[in-house]
Amino acid sequence: MQKLERKELVDLLRQMLLMRRFEEKCAEMYAMGKIGGFLHLYIGQEAVATGAISVLRPDDSVIASYREHGHALAKGCDPGKIMAELFGRADGLCKGKGGSMHLFDKTRHFLGGHAIVAGQIPIGTGAAFASQYEGKDQVTLCFFGDAAVNQGVFHEALNLAALWHLPIVYICENNRYGMGTAVERATPVKDLYQRAEAYGIPGEAVDGMDVLAVRECVGAAVERARRERIPSFIEAKTYRFRGHSMADPGTYRTKEEVEREKQRDPIVLFRNHLTAEAVIKESDWKALEKEVRTAVEEAVRYADASPEPPLDWLLTDVYVSER
Amino acid sequence: MAIITYREALNQALREEMRRDPRVFLMGEEVGLYQGAYKVSQGLLEEFGSKRVIDTPISEAGFTGVGIGAAMVGLRPIVEMMTFNFALVAIDQIVNQAAKILYMSGGQYNVPMVIRGPGGPAHQLAAQHSQSMESYFYHVPGLKIVRPGTPKDAKGLLKSAIRDDDPVIFIESELLYGTKGEVPDGDYTIPLGVGEIKREGRDVTIVAYSTMLLLALQTAEELEKEGISVEVVDPRTLRPLDTELIMESVKKTNRAIVMESGAGFAGIGSGIGAIISEQAFDYLDAPVERVTGANAPTPYARNLERAKIPSKERLVAAVKKVLS
Repeated sequence: MQKLERKELVDLLRQMLLMRRFEEKCAEMYAMGKIGGFLHLYIGQEAVATGAISVLRPDDSVIASYREHGHALAKGCDPGKIMAELFGRADGLCKGKGGSMHLFDKTRHFLGGHAIVAGQIPIGTGAAFASQYEGKDQVTLCFFGDAAVNQGVFHEALNLAALWHLPIVYICENNRYGMGTAVERATPVKDLYQRAEAYGIPGEAVDGMDVLAVRECVGAAVERARRERIPSFIEAKTYRFRGHSMADPGTYRTKEEVEREKQRDPIVLFRNHLTAEAVIKESDWKALEKEVRTAVEEAVRYADASPEPPLDWLLTDVYVSER
Repeated sequence: MAIITYREALNQALREEMRRDPRVFLMGEEVGLYQGAYKVSQGLLEEFGSKRVIDTPISEAGFTGVGIGAAMVGLRPIVEMMTFNFALVAIDQIVNQAAKILYMSGGQYNVPMVIRGPGGPAHQLAAQHSQSMESYFYHVPGLKIVRPGTPKDAKGLLKSAIRDDDPVIFIESELLYGTKGEVPDGDYTIPLGVGEIKREGRDVTIVAYSTMLLLALQTAEELEKEGISVEVVDPRTLRPLDTELIMESVKKTNRAIVMESGAGFAGIGSGIGAIISEQAFDYLDAPVERVTGANAPTPYARNLERAKIPSKERLVAAVKKVLS
């Protein structure tokens, strides 16, 4: 991979910081009752979506699970429209009909947040199928968690992608817990990426706390997919700092474990790296913080100003046409 | 007008739509090299090649999901279920994904896809291959359900389903593939959501589709000899449902019977029967009757299977009951 320019490096840091501050604000808004339902925060995992999506072209597709705020932001979805969606407002990305778990943005080729574990995997595979069918060179990134690899459709989709040589990269974000069940309590396979071998496709693990490592690993896989139509399976080893959702008591892991993992905060690590490499100074960091906070405040203002969806929207978008 | 089989009618619809629109492709188990488990896709591989007539492994959830994703980004997949019973393996993809993506995305992504194959009881296929799957999908907002009973309807409705911008569940029947009927020449479509009076009558309305339509028509002919005039309404599409046509008929005959081959409990008849009661209660001279499959899995033994499925005798009894 080419060495990155300063601007590109700072963009990666800014992207991760935006995800972090955006979601910290989400937690606050949830506590205030402005966000309802389930809210699954991505905090701790920012390097994965940031690094992976940074290698894409705008016309490449991304599909993800219900923990997808970060992926939506990285794909370029408007923070105000995301926040408005979480607030259940008319100007939300999906008119307030989707909510936190179902963000979609067709203009950004963001094929959605899907809330049945692994449900999005064959669908992402279908987007890759379409790219190949139409002779295009668009690639699909398909994100899911560690728990998804034990679902049937994961295996079905990887089998089809390998069989048909589809331009897709499967990215398993192994944050070590499927809700409260630790990976070792869900599968005897220690390294999930090894499952790729069963389908004869490249499988690789990457440090999901290292944005540059993710970028390099996914970048190579995307090129393979685009040029050679070889699908890949990448396991990004990461950790979620918050609960599964806002309602999580966290009894399944120790505070010590969480604190230990927080020492590998991907944003702190990358900030330190850029500081050590003299790419940024303290003042640059402060400016970034300010910029990002302003963007988040602006998103909240936008969401607050947006009206609730009109009641007659209840029955629209069920069908394109009633006939 | 040519007289062709239901199977040929479906084959023509697939062929014509694939010629018309390069975004249309057929995917499923044994659709290509094997020429279709029931030969509906006969000859399509030769004409369109393996890029557009795609043999899949036995992997219904996987390839249904692939169809959904492909449809979201602009293709028009036709996914074949070798029998519709197998759609249960893919029901999460159909119900949680295909049916809801338009709504969840606030209208951004539609899923223009057809899921088709035979359903309902056939000849001693036993419990896991004899289900009338329409009632499972009938409940789900976002899906359209088509259940054609004649070659003409099969062709015209399949063409409409392929051109439709929403996910369509299109259930054929093993028992109908060999039946023959007149089919108009050239390109024609039959709109979804429009039923048809298959036989006019004065005394009682029978709402029936697919194989039950044939049974209703035979029975109506026999009852005519007894001086009972039966009107047979074929909704053809169960969702959207042509309630207007059904109500018109019921308001004329003042008596209604709804048929289905599947188990009656919470079935299609429950739904249509309730709508008739709600919208035409004052016109009814008798309660709505349902003639349905028994509330049991479909047995293998020939005599038991026969007892499970609605028969002419039961239909005649129902007609006499509403007329008494």
